[in-house]
Amino acid sequence: MEFGLLQVWQGGWITAILRGAAITVAVGAASMFAGAVIGVICGLLKWGRVFPLTLLIDAYTSLVRGVPELLIIYLLFFSSVEFVTKVATAFGYAGFAQSGYAFVIAVVAIGTISGAYSTEVIRGALASIPAGHIEAARALGLPGRRIFRRIIAPQMLRIAVPGMNNVWQATIKDTALVSVVGLQELLRAAFVGAGSTRHPFIFFLIAAVVYLLITLVSQAGFDTAERVFKLRARK
Amino acid sequence: MDLELLQHAVPVLLKGLGISLLLTVVSVLLGFNLGLGLAMMRLSENRFVASFAKYYSMVFRGTPLLVQLFLFYYGLGQLSVVRDNAVIWWVISDGMRCAVMAIALNTAAYTSEILRGGLMAIPVGLREAAKAGGMSPMLRFRRIEFPLAIRQALPAYGNEIILVVKGTSLASTITVLEITGYAKRLMSQTYAIFEVFAIAGALYLVINLILIGLIRALESHLMRHEGR
Repeated sequence: MEFGLLQVWQGGWITAILRGAAITVAVGAASMFAGAVIGVICGLLKWGRVFPLTLLIDAYTSLVRGVPELLIIYLLFFSSVEFVTKVATAFGYAGFAQSGYAFVIAVVAIGTISGAYSTEVIRGALASIPAGHIEAARALGLPGRRIFRRIIAPQMLRIAVPGMNNVWQATIKDTALVSVVGLQELLRAAFVGAGSTRHPFIFFLIAAVVYLLITLVSQAGFDTAERVFKLRARK
Repeated sequence: MDLELLQHAVPVLLKGLGISLLLTVVSVLLGFNLGLGLAMMRLSENRFVASFAKYYSMVFRGTPLLVQLFLFYYGLGQLSVVRDNAVIWWVISDGMRCAVMAIALNTAAYTSEILRGGLMAIPVGLREAAKAGGMSPMLRFRRIEFPLAIRQALPAYGNEIILVVKGTSLASTITVLEITGYAKRLMSQTYAIFEVFAIAGALYLVINLILIGLIRALESHLMRHEGR
């Protein structure tokens, strides 16, 4: 059979691909969470114009957004792999470099990238909160932390949802890049399968379909979130 | 950063710069035209044509570029239909041409969404006025609709071009030696990982800054009637 569907079924590759898909989603979710934390912190600092930090954050976001993701991943992997292997071996975890390490550094790399984009989204959301709202809260004598919790944070979250949707879509697609440095995620699983059965077409097609499913399902999730967060405005 | 490394690394990475630029220019040219066609298909009244464009953009925007690249480069060659077709085989068999094809098809999907937004933002009155003035559909598109749409879409399209520049780095995974490909090779040869990253990253940043400047200039040229 030309397509090799039979080989995919018989070789147990379906489980390998599904496990890869689970790792892809895990890397994506963890990176997105890390990125959102970075985004909220850096976005607030940038919005509040905390002097020397703003410059640093500007440098971070424009560097990460201007340099290819692949190059950033190479930097983080190659610069840390030797060091981490040495440390892990010294502490008696020789296998760590092969298993957990790739996952951790993947999350660090993708989280760094996702964080730069999130920062811009959060800063934009904060900038579109009308200044009058914050002035009114101050005039009422609300303490700073409560202004943030009751006035700024809820509006920021609502305005940021569509932007964060875009960041998530980009993040889940960026996780595919980690396959080139050996993490056993979806694309890597497809690559290994393609190599050993010599049926690359069907394997990469399956990988593409699984990625499409992940993005479509999460798109539906974000659409729901947008509807939930939407202000029941006067018509 | 020592001088010897710099003397060794900079010429190698500059060699990659040419390839990166070539990939970008050809992909953007092809992708823009395909994207324009898709945007017009998307707005067509024929339901079949419109839904083809819709699903095309859904599929290409919903999957990573790297997967598309692998599917075209490693996957298509397996099919006998492709191997027997001289033209397709000519494209697929070479990493460079295959990368251009994948990046162009990918950016076409994003471009079609951007241009669709621009075309939809044209006030109906302007279109009707052109119709009433007796312009043929072709002339109307060339003189009225396209210039207005591109002016609207230019800022977003500028971001898309930057994404294409970054996307060309993926060509290194299918044996094309451009900036990232050479950078990876240098990293494993010299172990000067950070230095190589800094030089390669600076090259990309310079390309992107120049592109942003060019797009800003074009934008202010197109907006000159605003008098700002």
